[in-house]
Amino acid sequence: MTDVAVIGFAQSPVVRRGEGTTNGVEMLVPIFAEVLASTGLARGDIGFWCSGSSDYLAGRAFSFVGAVDAIGAFPPVMESHVEMDAAWALYEAWVKILTGEADVALAYGFGKSSASELRRVLSLQLDPYLLAPLWPDSVSIAALQARLGIEAGIWSEKDMAEVAASSRAAAVTNPRAQLSGEVSAEELLGQPYIAEPLRAHDCAPVGDGAAVVILASGERARELCQRPAWITGFEHRIDSASLGARDLTTAPSAAEAGRAAGASGVEVAELHAPFTHQEIILRNVLGLSGAATVNPSGGVLAGNPMFAAGLARIGSAAQEIISGRASRTLGHATSGPALQQNLVCVMEAR
Amino acid sequence: MSEPEPLRAPLEIGFDYTRSLGPTLSQFMTALAGRCILGSRGTDGRVYAPPFEYDPVTLAPPGELVPVGPEGGVTTWSWVPEPLEGQPLTRPFAWALIRLDGADTAMLHAVDAGSAAAMRTGMRVRVRWAEATVGHIRDIACFEPVTEPKGRGAAWTDERGAPATSEEGRRRLKSAPEASEINTVTTPVRLHYEHTASPEESRFLRGLAEGKLLGQRCPACGKVYIPPRGACPTDGVPTTDEVELADHGTVTTFCVVNVPFPGQRVTPPYVAAAVLLDGADIPFQHLILGCEPGEVRMGMRVRAFWKPRHQWGTTPENIDHFYPTGEPDAPYETYAHHL
Repeated sequence: MTDVAVIGFAQSPVVRRGEGTTNGVEMLVPIFAEVLASTGLARGDIGFWCSGSSDYLAGRAFSFVGAVDAIGAFPPVMESHVEMDAAWALYEAWVKILTGEADVALAYGFGKSSASELRRVLSLQLDPYLLAPLWPDSVSIAALQARLGIEAGIWSEKDMAEVAASSRAAAVTNPRAQLSGEVSAEELLGQPYIAEPLRAHDCAPVGDGAAVVILASGERARELCQRPAWITGFEHRIDSASLGARDLTTAPSAAEAGRAAGASGVEVAELHAPFTHQEIILRNVLGLSGAATVNPSGGVLAGNPMFAAGLARIGSAAQEIISGRASRTLGHATSGPALQQNLVCVMEAR
Repeated sequence: MSEPEPLRAPLEIGFDYTRSLGPTLSQFMTALAGRCILGSRGTDGRVYAPPFEYDPVTLAPPGELVPVGPEGGVTTWSWVPEPLEGQPLTRPFAWALIRLDGADTAMLHAVDAGSAAAMRTGMRVRVRWAEATVGHIRDIACFEPVTEPKGRGAAWTDERGAPATSEEGRRRLKSAPEASEINTVTTPVRLHYEHTASPEESRFLRGLAEGKLLGQRCPACGKVYIPPRGACPTDGVPTTDEVELADHGTVTTFCVVNVPFPGQRVTPPYVAAAVLLDGADIPFQHLILGCEPGEVRMGMRVRAFWKPRHQWGTTPENIDHFYPTGEPDAPYETYAHHL
């Protein structure tokens, strides 16, 4: 099988309310320039472009078409889009290289959550017959999941606060983070609930941002990058959409994606856990031992640009290899309510 | 000099989705109209309420649906101090997963408990039906705490207070008139955004408020775009140089609108055209009035008809329409590359 590696990654700062439009062009133009400069590639070298974004988030139809301006798509380029986190766009780009249709491919994602009320917009990702008409918001659904684990004794509010404190501490060295700083779990537990049993620190902050990752095959990857992050496993799985019919204290689809991708034994894992308790679930199901460093970037609790955050996890995990800090890492992305859908990308140095 | 903030405006989006239900959800919604909740029995032996449409193990459609109780136990809950638009209650309430009597899975709904202190996992709740039931998930207005003590799995009662069993439920279902079967539901969606114009669009719109047409030139290929874009679609670089364009140009292509539609400003037939302003490289969409629709042609020279200055704002509507100038038509070669 063709070897494929991540050779470049860039992300915009995550900000509470960006000045740009919902088509992402203002966030994308600088990070495309950055990632192309870092790899020495020109736009014309990209054989396939794939984006992840959402019309519901942007509030307009075909909003991703506006973003295509940022890639300079004339004369026409080979391009695609997923209405999902761009980690799934990266998966499509990976398949495109595996099938021999491109040797260099670029995936990007962007989201301007500040344009509307994110937790309300996200209720539209639910079952459109039985759930979405009730407008259950994303924070409340995560709270239902958090309570199940608390009452089953799998995690505690203190465990959750410790996840938040670690995330913010790690993000101190991440200039792209929206939220960072030294804070103790005790201080966090003194804050009021926003959706009992969740407090503000349990929820990823709402923010605007974008991310981009470049993949290349075999020889091209070696030419373009000194230490490519070779993809050894790339898998995604999904659980039932029925929240009341599955065990919400675990994530079978994440466990299965991790098993299939060969997640065990990674040194670094970047997990897409928009709520503190979800990081605990993911650590459990991915079998991350105490030796693995989780979310050195701070993860999405430090900045959660919708439709780019999962891609940024893979990019951040790849960067650990490209920079020489690690030899085997994992990037994870999630989609849907309560960790319904999960993707795992395992990478290594050679 | 610091750039003024981009222009922003509220953007309201609404759509009433009409959805076909399929056989399983059609039965479920029809039963709701009759104030009965149905579940489906899986090959794993469990009763799923609400019902699955395909068995989670065999993927086969469910057989006959079975009624479950209007009461059940809360398996988990979260508190909503400030309900959001569209949610089942406007006062603080709990979301809960509720395992109805006779079911093995839970359904998500709202519990009108008054305060978080009144909520606990395992508490008993009972459905509160909407005043009128029409065959929609919102026929269940919400759930409410059951105050009288009752054991888990206790029999539920029908509206006359008589205990209802599964047999009873089946009988009631079968007595429901065929004609009332619900096959579709309408689910309204209302979303509110703050739309932000790009910095380039903002300069363009502010220019319009002063009666100017401001485009931008790509620093790489030299093309002039109006309205300006954030990046040149050929080169992917920001367009930086501002160019003021004339308010006259050439019709590159057009269509005669004969179809009336809601919100139409002009009575058909009329002409919508692409106007290539002199000095621009992409045409600008606008109306051509001031002549018979049949007279409009490719190459026709036109000029902007501005509304009175006191009506101007940061909008392209400052130009009411374009009208023929009477100049000779532009030769085809002058706009052939801009079609």
